[in-house]
Amino acid sequence: MESAIEVAGLVREYRGGLLAVRGIDLAVAPGEVYGFLGPNGAGKTTTVRMLVTLLRPSGGWARVAGYDVAKEPAQVRRRIGVALQEAALDQLMTGRELMELQATLHGIAARDVRERAADLIDRVDLRAAADRRVGTYSGGMRRRLDLAMALVHAPQVLFLDEPTTGLDPVSRLTLWGEIQRLKDEGTTVFLTTQYLEEADQLADRVGIISAGRLVAEGTPEALKAEIDRPHLDLTFDGDSPDLGVAGSVLERFGDLRPPAAGAQLSVAVAGGSSAIAPVVRALDESGIGVASVELVSPTLDDVFVAKTGQRLEGEDQDGSA
Amino acid sequence: MLRVVGALAWRALSNAGRRPQFLAPLVVFPTLLLSVNVGGLSRTTELPGFPEVHGFLDFQLAAAIVQSLLLGGISTGIASALDIEGGFFDRLVAAPIPRVAIVLGRLAAGAVIAAGQCLWFLALGLVFGAHIEGGVAGVAIVLLIGVTAGVGFGAIGQAIALRARSAATVQGIFPLVFVVLFMSSAFFPRALLASPIDVIARFNPLSYIADGMRAPIISGVEAGPALEGLGAALGIVLVAGALSVLALRGRLRDA
Repeated sequence: MESAIEVAGLVREYRGGLLAVRGIDLAVAPGEVYGFLGPNGAGKTTTVRMLVTLLRPSGGWARVAGYDVAKEPAQVRRRIGVALQEAALDQLMTGRELMELQATLHGIAARDVRERAADLIDRVDLRAAADRRVGTYSGGMRRRLDLAMALVHAPQVLFLDEPTTGLDPVSRLTLWGEIQRLKDEGTTVFLTTQYLEEADQLADRVGIISAGRLVAEGTPEALKAEIDRPHLDLTFDGDSPDLGVAGSVLERFGDLRPPAAGAQLSVAVAGGSSAIAPVVRALDESGIGVASVELVSPTLDDVFVAKTGQRLEGEDQDGSA
Repeated sequence: MLRVVGALAWRALSNAGRRPQFLAPLVVFPTLLLSVNVGGLSRTTELPGFPEVHGFLDFQLAAAIVQSLLLGGISTGIASALDIEGGFFDRLVAAPIPRVAIVLGRLAAGAVIAAGQCLWFLALGLVFGAHIEGGVAGVAIVLLIGVTAGVGFGAIGQAIALRARSAATVQGIFPLVFVVLFMSSAFFPRALLASPIDVIARFNPLSYIADGMRAPIISGVEAGPALEGLGAALGIVLVAGALSVLALRGRLRDA
Protein backbone atom coordinates (compact mmCIF):
# COMPACT_ATOMS: atom_id res chain seq x y z
CA MET A 1 0.00 0.00 0.00
CA GLU A 2 1.28 3.46 -0.90
CA SER A 3 2.33 5.63 2.03
CA ALA A 4 0.16 8.61 2.93
CA ILE A 5 3.33 10.57 3.55
CA GLU A 6 6.73 9.64 2.18
CA VAL A 7 9.81 11.76 2.77
CA ALA A 8 13.38 11.17 1.63
CA GLY A 9 16.43 13.30 2.34
CA LEU A 10 14.29 16.35 3.05
CA VAL A 11 16.39 19.47 3.63
CA ARG A 12 15.47 23.07 4.24
CA GLU A 13 18.10 25.75 4.29
CA TYR A 14 17.04 29.31 5.05
CA ARG A 15 18.75 32.42 3.76
CA GLY A 16 22.05 32.91 5.49
CA GLY A 17 22.78 29.22 5.43
CA LEU A 18 20.68 28.20 8.43
CA LEU A 19 19.87 24.50 8.07
CA ALA A 20 16.57 23.94 9.83
CA VAL A 21 15.99 20.44 8.45
CA ARG A 22 19.04 18.33 7.63
CA GLY A 23 17.90 15.32 5.67
CA ILE A 24 14.80 13.62 7.02
CA ASP A 25 13.49 10.26 5.83
CA LEU A 26 10.15 8.95 7.02
CA ALA A 27 7.00 7.21 5.85
CA VAL A 28 3.51 7.35 7.31
CA ALA A 29 0.99 4.66 6.42
CA PRO A 30 -2.64 5.48 5.56
CA GLY A 31 -4.74 5.70 8.72
CA GLU A 32 -1.70 6.06 10.94
CA VAL A 33 -1.23 8.77 13.56
CA TYR A 34 2.41 9.81 13.36
CA GLY A 35 3.74 11.83 16.28
CA PHE A 36 6.57 14.16 15.33
CA LEU A 37 8.26 14.93 18.59
CA GLY A 38 10.91 17.49 19.35
CA PRO A 39 11.72 20.61 21.33
CA ASN A 40 11.10 24.14 20.07
CA GLY A 41 13.44 24.92 17.21
CA ALA A 42 14.15 21.28 16.35
CA GLY A 43 12.70 21.62 12.83
CA LYS A 44 9.17 20.28 13.36
CA THR A 45 7.30 23.28 12.01
CA THR A 46 9.70 23.74 9.09
CA THR A 47 9.13 20.09 8.15
CA VAL A 48 5.36 20.49 8.35
CA ARG A 49 5.45 23.70 6.32
CA MET A 50 7.30 21.83 3.57
CA LEU A 51 4.84 18.94 3.67
CA VAL A 52 1.83 21.27 3.38
CA THR A 53 3.46 23.17 0.46
CA LEU A 54 4.01 26.42 2.36
CA LEU A 55 7.79 26.07 2.02
CA ARG A 56 9.80 24.64 -0.85
CA PRO A 57 12.31 21.99 0.19
CA SER A 58 15.94 22.92 -0.44
CA GLY A 59 16.80 19.28 -1.01
CA GLY A 60 15.27 15.80 -1.04
CA TRP A 61 11.66 15.12 -1.84
CA ALA A 62 8.34 14.50 -0.15
CA ARG A 63 5.11 12.96 -1.36
CA VAL A 64 1.82 13.54 0.43
CA ALA A 65 -1.32 11.62 -0.53
CA GLY A 66 0.63 10.33 -3.51
CA TYR A 67 1.73 13.73 -4.88
CA ASP A 68 5.08 15.48 -4.84
CA VAL A 69 4.91 18.58 -2.63
CA ALA A 70 7.29 20.53 -4.86
CA LYS A 71 6.06 19.43 -8.29
CA GLU A 72 2.33 18.94 -7.63
CA PRO A 73 1.51 21.31 -4.78
CA ALA A 74 -2.04 22.00 -5.98
CA GLN A 75 -2.86 18.27 -5.88
CA VAL A 76 -1.40 18.03 -2.40
CA ARG A 77 -3.41 21.00 -1.12
CA ARG A 78 -6.66 19.42 -2.31
CA ARG A 79 -6.01 16.34 -0.21
CA ILE A 80 -4.69 17.71 3.04
CA GLY A 81 -6.11 19.48 6.04
CA VAL A 82 -3.85 21.83 7.94
CA ALA A 83 -4.09 23.30 11.43
CA LEU A 84 -0.98 25.38 11.86
CA GLN A 85 0.67 26.41 15.09
CA GLU A 86 -1.18 29.10 17.06
CA ALA A 87 -4.49 28.78 15.16
CA ALA A 88 -4.24 31.47 12.48
CA LEU A 89 -7.85 32.60 12.57
CA ASP A 90 -9.40 35.89 11.53
CA GLN A 91 -10.50 37.36 14.84
CA LEU A 92 -13.02 39.72 13.25
CA MET A 93 -15.04 36.90 11.70
CA THR A 94 -17.46 34.62 13.48
CA GLY A 95 -16.75 30.92 13.78
CA ARG A 96 -19.53 30.14 11.33
CA GLU A 97 -18.31 32.68 8.78
CA LEU A 98 -14.81 31.22 8.96
CA MET A 99 -16.10 27.69 8.53
CA GLU A 100 -18.18 28.72 5.53
CA LEU A 101 -15.26 30.60 3.99
CA GLN A 102 -13.02 27.58 4.47
CA ALA A 103 -15.65 25.35 2.85
CA THR A 104 -15.82 27.70 -0.14
CA LEU A 105 -12.02 27.81 -0.44
CA HIS A 106 -12.01 24.01 -0.53
CA GLY A 107 -14.56 23.84 -3.31
CA ILE A 108 -17.56 22.54 -1.33
CA ALA A 109 -20.66 23.13 -3.47
CA ALA A 110 -22.44 26.36 -2.53
CA ARG A 111 -25.65 24.48 -1.61
CA ASP A 112 -23.72 22.29 0.84
CA VAL A 113 -21.56 24.94 2.49
CA ARG A 114 -23.92 25.87 5.33
CA GLU A 115 -24.76 22.30 6.23
CA ARG A 116 -21.13 21.19 6.18
CA ALA A 117 -20.09 24.15 8.32
CA ALA A 118 -22.89 23.51 10.80
CA ASP A 119 -22.01 19.80 11.05
CA LEU A 120 -18.40 20.51 11.86
CA ILE A 121 -19.26 23.28 14.31
CA ASP A 122 -21.46 20.77 16.11
CA ARG A 123 -18.72 18.16 15.99
CA VAL A 124 -16.30 20.37 17.90
CA ASP A 125 -19.04 21.55 20.25
CA LEU A 126 -18.98 25.21 19.21
CA ARG A 127 -22.63 25.64 18.25
CA ALA A 128 -23.37 28.09 21.05
CA ALA A 129 -20.42 30.27 20.07
CA ALA A 130 -20.67 29.87 16.29
CA ASP A 131 -22.06 33.34 15.67
CA ARG A 132 -19.63 35.11 17.97
CA ARG A 133 -16.47 36.72 16.65
CA VAL A 134 -13.44 34.47 17.00
CA GLY A 135 -11.67 37.24 18.90
CA THR A 136 -13.92 36.42 21.87
CA TYR A 137 -13.01 32.69 21.85
CA SER A 138 -10.76 31.01 24.41
CA GLY A 139 -7.57 29.31 23.25
CA GLY A 140 -9.22 25.89 23.40
CA MET A 141 -12.21 27.05 21.35
CA ARG A 142 -9.91 28.50 18.69
CA ARG A 143 -8.01 25.25 18.46
CA ARG A 144 -11.22 23.28 18.10
CA LEU A 145 -12.44 25.65 15.40
CA ASP A 146 -9.07 25.38 13.65
CA LEU A 147 -9.34 21.60 13.74
CA ALA A 148 -12.89 21.70 12.37
CA MET A 149 -11.75 24.00 9.55
CA ALA A 150 -8.98 21.58 8.66
CA LEU A 151 -11.59 18.83 8.32
CA VAL A 152 -14.03 20.75 6.13
CA HIS A 153 -13.20 18.82 2.94
CA ALA A 154 -12.66 15.43 4.64
CA PRO A 155 -8.91 15.43 3.92
CA GLN A 156 -6.93 12.25 3.31
CA VAL A 157 -4.08 13.52 5.46
CA LEU A 158 -4.39 15.89 8.38
CA PHE A 159 -1.46 17.97 9.64
CA LEU A 160 -1.72 19.26 13.18
CA ASP A 161 1.18 21.48 14.20
CA GLU A 162 1.40 21.55 17.99
CA PRO A 163 -2.37 21.59 18.38
CA THR A 164 -2.37 21.74 22.17
CA THR A 165 0.56 24.03 22.90
CA GLY A 166 -0.45 26.66 25.42
CA LEU A 167 -3.80 25.06 26.24
CA ASP A 168 -5.05 24.36 29.73
CA PRO A 169 -5.32 20.67 30.72
CA VAL A 170 -9.08 20.46 30.17
CA SER A 171 -8.88 21.97 26.67
CA ARG A 172 -5.96 19.68 25.90
CA LEU A 173 -7.96 16.60 26.90
CA THR A 174 -10.91 17.76 24.78
CA LEU A 175 -8.69 18.14 21.76
CA TRP A 176 -7.08 14.76 22.42
CA GLY A 177 -10.57 13.28 22.34
CA GLU A 178 -11.15 14.80 18.90
CA ILE A 179 -7.83 13.53 17.57
CA GLN A 180 -8.56 10.08 19.01
CA ARG A 181 -11.90 10.16 17.19
CA LEU A 182 -10.15 11.01 13.92
CA LYS A 183 -7.77 8.16 14.55
CA ASP A 184 -10.68 5.78 15.10
CA GLU A 185 -12.23 7.00 11.85
CA GLY A 186 -9.05 6.08 9.99
CA THR A 187 -7.75 9.56 9.15
CA THR A 188 -4.01 9.79 8.61
CA VAL A 189 -2.69 12.37 11.07
CA PHE A 190 0.75 13.96 11.17
CA LEU A 191 0.93 15.46 14.63
CA THR A 192 3.82 17.60 15.80
CA THR A 193 4.14 18.06 19.50
CA GLN A 194 6.59 18.85 22.22
CA TYR A 195 4.50 16.98 24.77
CA LEU A 196 5.62 13.42 25.42
CA GLU A 197 2.34 12.37 26.95
CA GLU A 198 0.50 13.59 23.87
CA ALA A 199 2.64 11.51 21.54
CA ASP A 200 2.40 8.53 23.88
CA GLN A 201 -1.40 8.76 24.08
CA LEU A 202 -2.23 9.48 20.45
CA ALA A 203 0.52 8.32 18.13
CA ASP A 204 0.79 4.90 16.55
CA ARG A 205 4.40 5.71 15.78
CA VAL A 206 6.70 8.47 16.91
CA GLY A 207 9.58 10.19 15.16
CA ILE A 208 11.95 12.15 17.35
CA ILE A 209 13.56 15.15 15.70
CA SER A 210 16.51 16.97 17.17
CA ALA A 211 18.50 19.77 15.53
CA GLY A 212 16.87 19.06 12.17
CA ARG A 213 17.56 15.32 12.15
CA LEU A 214 15.33 12.35 12.85
CA VAL A 215 17.16 10.61 15.67
CA ALA A 216 14.69 7.84 16.48
CA GLU A 217 11.50 6.36 15.08
CA GLY A 218 9.13 3.59 16.09
CA THR A 219 6.09 2.79 18.19
CA PRO A 220 6.22 4.39 21.64
CA GLU A 221 6.49 0.90 23.15
CA ALA A 222 9.34 -0.15 20.86
CA LEU A 223 11.25 3.06 21.48
CA LYS A 224 10.91 2.62 25.22
CA ALA A 225 11.89 -1.02 25.01
CA GLU A 226 15.01 0.01 23.10
CA ILE A 227 16.39 1.80 26.11
CA ASP A 228 14.99 -0.21 29.03
CA ARG A 229 12.37 -2.78 30.04
CA PRO A 230 9.60 -2.22 32.57
CA HIS A 231 10.64 -3.47 36.02
CA LEU A 232 9.24 -3.88 39.51
CA ASP A 233 10.93 -2.23 42.49
CA LEU A 234 10.02 -4.08 45.68
CA THR A 235 10.38 -3.67 49.44
CA PHE A 236 9.44 -6.42 51.91
CA ASP A 237 7.78 -6.77 55.31
CA GLY A 238 9.90 -7.27 58.39
CA ASP A 239 13.26 -5.95 59.55
CA SER A 240 15.37 -8.60 57.85
CA PRO A 241 13.49 -10.35 55.05
CA ASP A 242 15.23 -13.25 53.36
CA LEU A 243 16.35 -11.50 50.19
CA GLY A 244 17.93 -14.73 48.91
CA VAL A 245 14.57 -16.51 48.87
CA ALA A 246 12.83 -13.44 47.47
CA GLY A 247 15.45 -13.16 44.74
CA SER A 248 15.08 -16.77 43.71
CA VAL A 249 11.29 -16.30 43.46
CA LEU A 250 11.67 -13.16 41.40
CA GLU A 251 14.13 -14.80 39.01
CA ARG A 252 11.22 -16.97 37.83
CA PHE A 253 9.65 -13.79 36.38
CA GLY A 254 12.66 -12.05 34.90
CA ASP A 255 16.21 -10.88 35.38
CA LEU A 256 17.13 -9.29 38.68
CA ARG A 257 18.57 -5.83 38.32
CA PRO A 258 20.18 -3.36 40.71
CA PRO A 259 17.40 -1.95 42.88
CA ALA A 260 16.63 1.77 42.82
CA ALA A 261 17.14 3.85 45.95
CA GLY A 262 14.58 2.82 48.58
CA ALA A 263 13.89 -0.57 47.01
CA GLN A 264 15.34 -3.89 48.24
CA LEU A 265 15.06 -5.88 45.03
CA SER A 266 14.24 -5.09 41.43
CA VAL A 267 13.17 -7.43 38.64
CA ALA A 268 12.62 -6.77 34.95
CA VAL A 269 9.19 -7.95 33.83
CA ALA A 270 7.85 -8.41 30.35
CA GLY A 271 4.17 -8.07 31.14
CA GLY A 272 4.12 -4.64 32.74
CA SER A 273 1.31 -4.15 35.25
CA SER A 274 -0.09 -7.64 34.58
CA ALA A 275 3.04 -9.11 36.22
CA ILE A 276 2.42 -7.47 39.60
CA ALA A 277 -0.23 -9.85 40.95
CA PRO A 278 1.61 -13.13 40.07
CA VAL A 279 4.87 -11.78 41.55
CA VAL A 280 3.23 -10.73 44.81
CA ARG A 281 1.33 -14.03 45.00
CA ALA A 282 4.47 -16.10 44.43
CA LEU A 283 6.40 -14.16 47.07
CA ASP A 284 3.52 -14.55 49.52
CA GLU A 285 3.42 -18.31 48.91
CA SER A 286 7.14 -18.40 49.74
CA GLY A 287 6.53 -16.59 53.02
CA ILE A 288 7.84 -13.22 51.88
CA GLY A 289 5.45 -10.38 52.60
CA VAL A 290 5.55 -7.50 50.13
CA ALA A 291 5.49 -4.06 51.75
CA SER A 292 5.48 -2.09 48.50
CA VAL A 293 5.77 -2.74 44.81
CA GLU A 294 6.22 -0.14 42.09
CA LEU A 295 6.07 -0.72 38.36
CA VAL A 296 8.69 1.46 36.69
CA SER A 297 8.42 1.91 32.92
CA PRO A 298 10.70 3.95 30.70
CA THR A 299 9.05 7.06 29.25
CA LEU A 300 9.44 8.78 25.92
CA ASP A 301 11.37 11.41 27.84
CA ASP A 302 13.86 8.68 28.78
CA VAL A 303 13.99 7.76 25.10
CA PHE A 304 14.59 11.37 24.16
CA VAL A 305 17.35 11.71 26.72
CA ALA A 306 18.94 8.48 25.52
CA LYS A 307 18.82 9.54 21.87
CA THR A 308 19.72 13.21 22.15
CA GLY A 309 21.37 13.67 25.52
CA GLN A 310 18.83 16.28 26.60
CA ARG A 311 15.36 16.42 28.10
CA LEU A 312 12.47 17.28 25.82
CA GLU A 313 9.79 19.26 27.59
CA GLY A 314 10.64 22.89 28.16
CA GLU A 315 13.77 22.61 26.02
CA ASP A 316 14.52 24.95 23.14
CA GLN A 317 17.04 24.34 20.42
CA ASP A 318 18.71 27.40 18.99
CA GLY A 319 19.49 27.94 15.39
CA SER A 320 16.67 26.19 13.70
CA ALA A 321 12.97 26.54 13.26
CA MET B 1 -11.97 31.13 -9.30
CA LEU B 2 -14.73 33.79 -9.40
CA ARG B 3 -16.47 32.18 -6.44
CA VAL B 4 -13.27 32.23 -4.39
CA VAL B 5 -12.51 35.84 -5.36
CA GLY B 6 -16.06 36.75 -4.38
CA ALA B 7 -15.78 34.99 -1.03
CA LEU B 8 -12.46 36.66 -0.24
CA ALA B 9 -13.80 40.05 -1.36
CA TRP B 10 -16.84 39.58 0.86
CA ARG B 11 -14.58 38.75 3.80
CA ALA B 12 -12.47 41.86 3.15
CA LEU B 13 -15.58 44.04 2.94
CA SER B 14 -17.10 42.55 6.10
CA ASN B 15 -13.86 43.10 7.98
CA ALA B 16 -13.60 46.67 6.70
CA GLY B 17 -17.05 47.30 8.15
CA ARG B 18 -15.98 45.75 11.44
CA ARG B 19 -12.87 47.93 11.63
CA PRO B 20 -14.35 51.41 11.47
CA GLN B 21 -11.05 52.80 12.72
CA PHE B 22 -9.58 51.77 9.34
CA LEU B 23 -12.53 52.78 7.19
CA ALA B 24 -13.42 56.15 8.72
CA PRO B 25 -10.10 57.90 7.98
CA LEU B 26 -10.58 57.17 4.28
CA VAL B 27 -13.34 59.77 4.17
CA VAL B 28 -12.82 61.77 7.36
CA PHE B 29 -9.34 63.16 6.58
CA PRO B 30 -10.04 64.10 2.95
CA THR B 31 -13.38 65.62 4.03
CA LEU B 32 -11.62 67.75 6.65
CA LEU B 33 -8.94 68.85 4.18
CA LEU B 34 -11.65 69.58 1.63
CA SER B 35 -13.54 71.78 4.07
CA VAL B 36 -10.35 73.60 5.12
CA ASN B 37 -9.30 74.18 1.51
CA VAL B 38 -12.72 75.32 0.35
CA GLY B 39 -13.22 77.49 3.41
CA GLY B 40 -9.84 79.19 3.30
CA LEU B 41 -8.77 79.17 -0.33
CA SER B 42 -12.01 79.86 -2.15
CA ARG B 43 -10.65 83.06 -3.73
CA THR B 44 -8.09 80.98 -5.57
CA THR B 45 -10.63 80.73 -8.38
CA GLU B 46 -10.06 84.45 -9.06
CA LEU B 47 -6.42 83.81 -10.00
CA PRO B 48 -5.61 84.43 -13.66
CA GLY B 49 -5.45 81.12 -15.49
CA PHE B 50 -7.76 79.31 -13.09
CA PRO B 51 -10.38 77.33 -15.03
CA GLU B 52 -13.95 78.51 -15.18
CA VAL B 53 -15.77 76.87 -12.23
CA HIS B 54 -18.95 77.43 -10.22
CA GLY B 55 -16.91 77.36 -7.05
CA PHE B 56 -13.72 76.09 -5.49
CA LEU B 57 -15.62 73.12 -4.02
CA ASP B 58 -16.37 71.87 -7.54
CA PHE B 59 -12.68 72.05 -8.35
CA GLN B 60 -11.53 70.40 -5.10
CA LEU B 61 -13.90 67.42 -5.17
CA ALA B 62 -11.62 65.43 -7.47
CA ALA B 63 -8.64 66.15 -5.20
CA ALA B 64 -10.53 64.87 -2.18
CA ILE B 65 -11.55 61.74 -4.06
CA VAL B 66 -7.99 60.98 -5.17
CA GLN B 67 -6.69 61.58 -1.65
CA SER B 68 -9.36 59.28 -0.25
CA LEU B 69 -8.56 56.58 -2.81
CA LEU B 70 -4.86 56.75 -1.98
CA LEU B 71 -5.68 56.27 1.70
CA GLY B 72 -7.86 53.34 0.63
CA GLY B 73 -4.81 51.81 -1.04
CA ILE B 74 -2.86 52.09 2.20
CA SER B 75 -5.77 50.57 4.08
CA THR B 76 -5.84 47.63 1.65
CA GLY B 77 -2.10 47.16 2.19
CA ILE B 78 -2.46 47.26 5.97
CA ALA B 79 -5.25 44.67 5.88
CA SER B 80 -3.07 42.37 3.74
CA ALA B 81 -0.09 42.85 6.04
CA LEU B 82 -2.24 42.04 9.08
CA ASP B 83 -3.27 38.78 7.36
CA ILE B 84 0.41 37.94 6.89
CA GLU B 85 1.37 38.90 10.44
CA GLY B 86 -1.55 36.96 11.92
CA GLY B 87 -0.96 33.82 9.85
CA PHE B 88 -4.29 33.96 7.99
CA PHE B 89 -2.36 34.48 4.76
CA ASP B 90 -0.76 31.05 5.28
CA ARG B 91 -4.21 29.52 5.65
CA LEU B 92 -5.17 30.98 2.28
CA VAL B 93 -1.92 29.83 0.67
CA ALA B 94 -2.44 26.30 2.02
CA ALA B 95 -5.94 26.15 0.49
CA PRO B 96 -6.45 24.65 -2.97
CA ILE B 97 -7.17 27.96 -4.67
CA PRO B 98 -5.35 29.89 -7.39
CA ARG B 99 -3.02 32.06 -5.36
CA VAL B 100 -3.71 35.09 -7.48
CA ALA B 101 -7.26 34.92 -6.08
CA ILE B 102 -5.81 36.08 -2.74
CA VAL B 103 -4.71 39.31 -4.43
CA LEU B 104 -7.82 39.65 -6.59
CA GLY B 105 -10.24 39.15 -3.70
CA ARG B 106 -8.70 42.01 -1.78
CA LEU B 107 -8.68 44.23 -4.90
CA ALA B 108 -12.32 43.45 -5.66
CA ALA B 109 -13.21 44.63 -2.17
CA GLY B 110 -11.09 47.71 -2.80
CA ALA B 111 -13.13 48.43 -5.94
CA VAL B 112 -16.40 48.37 -3.98
CA ILE B 113 -14.97 50.62 -1.28
CA ALA B 114 -13.58 52.98 -3.95
CA ALA B 115 -17.04 53.30 -5.49
CA GLY B 116 -18.38 54.17 -2.04
CA GLN B 117 -15.65 56.78 -1.56
CA CYS B 118 -16.43 58.42 -4.91
CA LEU B 119 -20.15 58.51 -4.17
CA TRP B 120 -19.53 59.93 -0.70
CA PHE B 121 -17.63 62.94 -2.05
CA LEU B 122 -20.00 63.51 -4.95
CA ALA B 123 -22.97 63.45 -2.57
CA LEU B 124 -21.13 65.71 -0.13
CA GLY B 125 -20.37 68.13 -2.93
CA LEU B 126 -23.98 68.20 -4.09
CA VAL B 127 -25.21 68.80 -0.53
CA PHE B 128 -22.87 71.78 -0.17
CA GLY B 129 -23.71 73.35 -3.50
CA ALA B 130 -21.34 71.80 -6.03
CA HIS B 131 -22.47 71.30 -9.62
CA ILE B 132 -21.76 68.20 -11.65
CA GLU B 133 -21.80 69.57 -15.15
CA GLY B 134 -21.58 66.14 -16.78
CA GLY B 135 -24.76 64.96 -15.06
CA VAL B 136 -25.31 61.22 -14.70
CA ALA B 137 -22.77 60.46 -17.44
CA GLY B 138 -20.27 62.61 -15.56
CA VAL B 139 -20.91 60.69 -12.35
CA ALA B 140 -20.38 57.45 -14.26
CA ILE B 141 -17.03 58.71 -15.56
CA VAL B 142 -15.93 59.76 -12.07
CA LEU B 143 -16.93 56.32 -10.78
CA LEU B 144 -15.15 54.51 -13.60
CA ILE B 145 -11.88 56.39 -13.18
CA GLY B 146 -12.19 56.38 -9.37
CA VAL B 147 -12.85 52.66 -9.06
CA THR B 148 -10.03 51.84 -11.49
CA ALA B 149 -7.62 54.11 -9.62
CA GLY B 150 -8.80 52.66 -6.30
CA VAL B 151 -7.97 49.17 -7.53
CA GLY B 152 -4.55 50.39 -8.68
CA PHE B 153 -3.78 52.07 -5.36
CA GLY B 154 -4.94 48.92 -3.57
CA ALA B 155 -2.53 46.88 -5.71
CA ILE B 156 0.30 49.22 -4.68
CA GLY B 157 -0.66 48.73 -1.03
CA GLN B 158 -0.74 44.96 -1.50
CA ALA B 159 2.62 44.88 -3.26
CA ILE B 160 4.19 46.80 -0.37
CA ALA B 161 2.47 44.56 2.19
CA LEU B 162 3.66 41.39 0.47
CA ARG B 163 7.22 42.69 0.30
CA ALA B 164 7.36 44.27 3.75
CA ARG B 165 5.11 41.74 5.58
CA SER B 166 4.50 44.37 8.21
CA ALA B 167 1.45 46.59 8.77
CA ALA B 168 3.65 49.22 10.42
CA THR B 169 5.77 49.53 7.26
CA VAL B 170 2.70 49.94 5.07
CA GLN B 171 1.39 52.55 7.50
CA GLY B 172 4.76 54.29 7.16
CA ILE B 173 4.11 55.26 3.53
CA PHE B 174 1.25 57.51 4.65
CA PRO B 175 3.32 60.75 4.47
CA LEU B 176 4.66 59.75 1.06
CA VAL B 177 1.11 59.61 -0.27
CA PHE B 178 0.66 63.29 0.55
CA VAL B 179 3.98 64.25 -1.02
CA VAL B 180 3.09 62.48 -4.26
CA LEU B 181 -0.41 63.95 -4.23
CA PHE B 182 0.81 67.52 -3.68
CA MET B 183 3.23 67.09 -6.59
CA SER B 184 0.27 66.62 -8.93
CA SER B 185 -2.41 68.90 -10.29
CA ALA B 186 -4.97 67.42 -7.88
CA PHE B 187 -5.25 70.56 -5.71
CA PHE B 188 -4.32 73.30 -8.19
CA PRO B 189 -4.41 73.62 -11.95
CA ARG B 190 -1.17 72.60 -13.59
CA ALA B 191 -0.91 76.04 -15.21
CA LEU B 192 -0.65 77.65 -11.78
CA LEU B 193 2.01 75.34 -10.40
CA ALA B 194 5.55 76.70 -10.09
CA SER B 195 8.62 74.95 -11.45
CA PRO B 196 9.72 72.20 -10.86
CA ILE B 197 6.40 70.96 -9.45
CA ASP B 198 4.64 71.72 -12.74
CA VAL B 199 7.10 69.44 -14.55
CA ILE B 200 6.73 66.69 -11.97
CA ALA B 201 2.95 67.05 -12.11
CA ARG B 202 3.06 66.55 -15.87
CA PHE B 203 4.57 63.10 -15.35
CA ASN B 204 2.57 62.27 -12.24
CA PRO B 205 -0.31 59.90 -13.11
CA LEU B 206 -2.29 61.32 -10.20
CA SER B 207 -2.60 64.57 -12.20
CA TYR B 208 -4.36 62.77 -15.02
CA ILE B 209 -6.57 60.79 -12.66
CA ALA B 210 -7.61 63.95 -10.79
CA ASP B 211 -8.11 65.95 -14.00
CA GLY B 212 -10.02 63.08 -15.56
CA MET B 213 -12.47 63.05 -12.64
CA ARG B 214 -12.55 66.83 -12.39
CA ALA B 215 -13.53 67.52 -16.00
CA PRO B 216 -16.99 65.92 -15.82
CA ILE B 217 -17.62 67.86 -12.60
CA ILE B 218 -16.54 71.33 -13.66
CA SER B 219 -17.02 71.37 -17.44
CA GLY B 220 -19.02 68.34 -18.58
CA VAL B 221 -18.25 65.11 -20.37
CA GLU B 222 -15.12 65.37 -22.56
CA ALA B 223 -13.41 62.39 -24.10
CA GLY B 224 -9.85 63.72 -23.73
CA PRO B 225 -9.51 64.13 -19.96
CA ALA B 226 -11.69 61.08 -19.30
CA LEU B 227 -9.54 58.83 -21.47
CA GLU B 228 -6.32 60.27 -20.04
CA GLY B 229 -7.60 59.74 -16.51
CA LEU B 230 -8.78 56.22 -17.25
CA GLY B 231 -5.53 55.43 -19.04
CA ALA B 232 -3.45 56.64 -16.11
CA ALA B 233 -5.58 54.64 -13.69
CA LEU B 234 -5.37 51.52 -15.86
CA GLY B 235 -1.62 51.98 -16.12
CA ILE B 236 -1.37 51.97 -12.33
CA VAL B 237 -3.60 48.89 -12.16
CA LEU B 238 -1.42 47.02 -14.64
CA VAL B 239 1.94 48.02 -13.17
CA ALA B 240 0.91 47.73 -9.52
CA GLY B 241 -1.06 44.55 -10.22
CA ALA B 242 2.01 42.97 -11.82
CA LEU B 243 4.16 44.14 -8.91
CA SER B 244 1.62 42.70 -6.52
CA VAL B 245 1.62 39.30 -8.23
CA LEU B 246 5.42 39.32 -8.38
CA ALA B 247 5.56 40.21 -4.70
CA LEU B 248 3.17 37.35 -3.96
CA ARG B 249 5.39 34.93 -5.87
CA GLY B 250 8.44 36.27 -4.10
CA ARG B 251 6.71 35.95 -0.76
CA LEU B 252 5.82 32.32 -1.47
CA ARG B 253 9.30 31.51 -2.77
CA ASP B 254 11.17 33.15 0.10
CA ALA B 255 8.85 32.09 2.92
